[in-house]
Amino acid sequence: MSSLAQSQLRETFELNIGPQHPATHGVLRIKVVMDGEYIDRAEPILGYIHRMHEKMGENRTWNQFWPNMGRLDYLSAMAYNHCYAGLMERAAGIEVPERAEYIRVITAELNRIQSHLLGFGAYIMDLGGFTPLMYAMDEREQILDLLESVTGSRLTYCYFRFGGVYNDIDDDFITGTRAFLKRFRPQIPMYHKLVTGNAILMDRLIGVGPISADMCRKYGATGPVLRGSGVNYDIRRNEPYSVYPELDFDIPVYKECDSMARYMVRMDEMVQSCRIIENALNKLPEGPVMAEKVPKALKPPKGDYHYAVEAARGTFSMRTVSDGTNTSYRMRLRSPTYSNVSLFEEASRGMLLSDALAFLGSLDPVIPEMDR
Amino acid sequence: MNELIRLLSYMICLAAFLGLNLAYLGWVERKGAGHIQRRTGPKDVGPYGLLQPLADGLKLMSKQLIVPANADRPLYMCAPILTMVPAVLLFVAIPFGEHLVPREFSFGLLMMFAFASVGGMSILIGGWGSGNKYSLIAGARAVSQNVAYEIPMLITAITIVMITGSMDLNEIVRQQGGYIWNWNVFRLDKSILMPVSFLVFFICSLAETNRTPFDMGECEGELVAGYHTEYGGMGFGLFMMAEYANLVIGCSLTTVLFLGGWQSPIGIFPGPHWFLLKMYFLIWSFVWIRWTYPRTTFWGLLNLSWKYLIPFSLVNLLLTALFIKVF
Amino acid sequence: MSGYFKDIITGLKSLAVGLQITNKEFLTKPITLLYPHESVKMYPRYRGHIELIKDPETGMNRCICCGMCEKGCPSGSITVKSEKRPGVKGKVLTAYILNFTTCSLCGQCVENCKPEAIRFSNEYNLASTRREDYIFNLLEKLHPEGIPEPEVDPELLKKELEKEEAAKKAAAAKKEAAAKQEAVKKEPAKEGGESKAEEKS
Repeated sequence: MSSLAQSQLRETFELNIGPQHPATHGVLRIKVVMDGEYIDRAEPILGYIHRMHEKMGENRTWNQFWPNMGRLDYLSAMAYNHCYAGLMERAAGIEVPERAEYIRVITAELNRIQSHLLGFGAYIMDLGGFTPLMYAMDEREQILDLLESVTGSRLTYCYFRFGGVYNDIDDDFITGTRAFLKRFRPQIPMYHKLVTGNAILMDRLIGVGPISADMCRKYGATGPVLRGSGVNYDIRRNEPYSVYPELDFDIPVYKECDSMARYMVRMDEMVQSCRIIENALNKLPEGPVMAEKVPKALKPPKGDYHYAVEAARGTFSMRTVSDGTNTSYRMRLRSPTYSNVSLFEEASRGMLLSDALAFLGSLDPVIPEMDR
Repeated sequence: MNELIRLLSYMICLAAFLGLNLAYLGWVERKGAGHIQRRTGPKDVGPYGLLQPLADGLKLMSKQLIVPANADRPLYMCAPILTMVPAVLLFVAIPFGEHLVPREFSFGLLMMFAFASVGGMSILIGGWGSGNKYSLIAGARAVSQNVAYEIPMLITAITIVMITGSMDLNEIVRQQGGYIWNWNVFRLDKSILMPVSFLVFFICSLAETNRTPFDMGECEGELVAGYHTEYGGMGFGLFMMAEYANLVIGCSLTTVLFLGGWQSPIGIFPGPHWFLLKMYFLIWSFVWIRWTYPRTTFWGLLNLSWKYLIPFSLVNLLLTALFIKVF
Repeated sequence: MSGYFKDIITGLKSLAVGLQITNKEFLTKPITLLYPHESVKMYPRYRGHIELIKDPETGMNRCICCGMCEKGCPSGSITVKSEKRPGVKGKVLTAYILNFTTCSLCGQCVENCKPEAIRFSNEYNLASTRREDYIFNLLEKLHPEGIPEPEVDPELLKKELEKEEAAKKAAAAKKEAAAKQEAVKKEPAKEGGESKAEEKS
């Protein structure tokens, strides 16, 4: 901090970053008290896109809550679908056919790559480089086409069902996915050459926005933010669900705690997701994709249920209290970005404005998921 | 009377040249950006989108000029004009060909730098006059950036003046005649650091024209649109056009000082075509750079200036002085 | 000091590599699909708004007007209107109104439909400036030339008429019986009343 900022004579002014601002990717508003170019205090203000998803869960039947799952994090909707399906299957004791679980993992990992691609592109665009976004969009489009051919939608998927998936994947999808992996793998080194190795970018990311593991724990930050702070925590390994224990992949962890570490975690996760998909495609069993005897009007027994998945931005968990009727008594959604962004206030103190926005981008927030 | 006709015809030709450049550099940039990003760029208005600048101009001109409530009205209105005037004025001194100079100054180079600073000033005025905090930050950034980059740029220009012994731009070009190794960029007999010096000048002109990676004044991801956040319609259009005018000026100056202006690299057929070729190549490299790199931060930019560019240009200055004295 | 020059060299090298990549991309062909001139390949599973299916045998819709789609819809976007027609088995669909402005394309209606009367269409080129344009009557969309009348089964009609007559007769008989019963009821009531009065007196 400059010596002027520490003196008594300092003069501050307020700046509203958002709710409409290119760096916030949506309607996040950050009220910043600025001291020249330095941030004195930054307070994220949420609620501009609050849609009461939790309340909706309480006055809709279990089946009717499905479309909401695609509209929380519109970039990794498949993981959210997965969480809801897992939650209700645990509650109602539904056995899922193995093929369905594999299809879930394949689509969810494709979705994760897609999300990280857009996250990568948008992040570099925040830093002023527009071209990588377009390259990422090109690859992302391939994934969206693949997912569209199976699920029928491009972004807000409503594909999973209690006890399985909406419809089976076909051979076109499998060959298409293999072709995509073959095409996508050489792209990542290209991104590293074009972006990661760039001296200007390194100057902007290395050492910017340090978050210690303790701060992550304090605010409950998860996902790439936590793994970029040297903590090896991934629901897929630590609290395994679905068929992840049978698949072969690594959890990328970086100890640098800065924006570059978080960025690199995402880039490496894409490679690992490719591995998971290839592995799952090889192991894909034959069989039905829907459990038999799933009641249309689901009435899970009374109780308190919890399920967590690793979404693209961190741990997404759902907790519901069922009173034995066809609606939920209480629906609780724990979304990762909410926790990740809440540490912004503490971590951004005394930062330069441009560094703070580079730091915010490295948290990769998706606002509709934060506000729910 | 003859002089008057000559000046008038030059003015008309310059205005036409400038207008065409300002309109079509936008097209070049968009088309270039498109192809670099696996897209096609403008395509539908006219063949290859060639009428796109016209459509853009029409759209900008038909828009209402809105002055924000807490803007400083006179400053707000005069900033776009003030940014355009020096940019246009500077074309007077540029030697397009041996006899194709609107006005031959003996202090052409000095005039260039004098008026170039006014451009930075107008950004500050626009940023201040808008009454917007983002614009104000952008204005302050642009000024300190201009100050930081004018120093290495001037030192490098002084090196050239020392080599050629003249501030007349046409004279500087004349001395680079003959073959490619007579261009200032390859004058290793005057100072072995001349190519580095060219690089320094090139980076400085990138920063002077406020282009990515040094577009701290505009800085879309942070400051919305920087100093022209509050400008719409032709106010914004003028800022855009001034940016391209500055681009042309910057590239022309680099061409004149380092790449031998209208001189031919192989010693035959010198003329304006060489000048234009070199200038457009430089402009294309500016576009190319813009669509490849992310933006630096404010500190990164000052670091670059004070830690790398200024020491190098100073060393080059000393070396040149030494070489001239010794050999 | 050597670190200083090393930084410069590696930095410049990384910048040059970036330029090389963008140059390569500049020289390759763009991948854009020029949308209004050519359109995207549609997947058969694409979820457009829902539509009624025309039964190839009868040329009519298959809807049995059970209202399961209406009940299953999370946003209440569907309204099914039906009526009973003489001589036609089951109910007849008179209007199937989809409010597409609230539809979230979740597919609950398609899944809930027992007779498989609805499916997702492939229409993606919807655009309008008026909200009313998105309130579709799917029945009219299915039969743009006019909704055909359902075929009347003469036997069924006859049966129904008979049934109706029988029902009428039964109703009349019931009425009569009821009247009689009432009369019968009243009498003992009167008697009872009288007897009560008698008791009191």
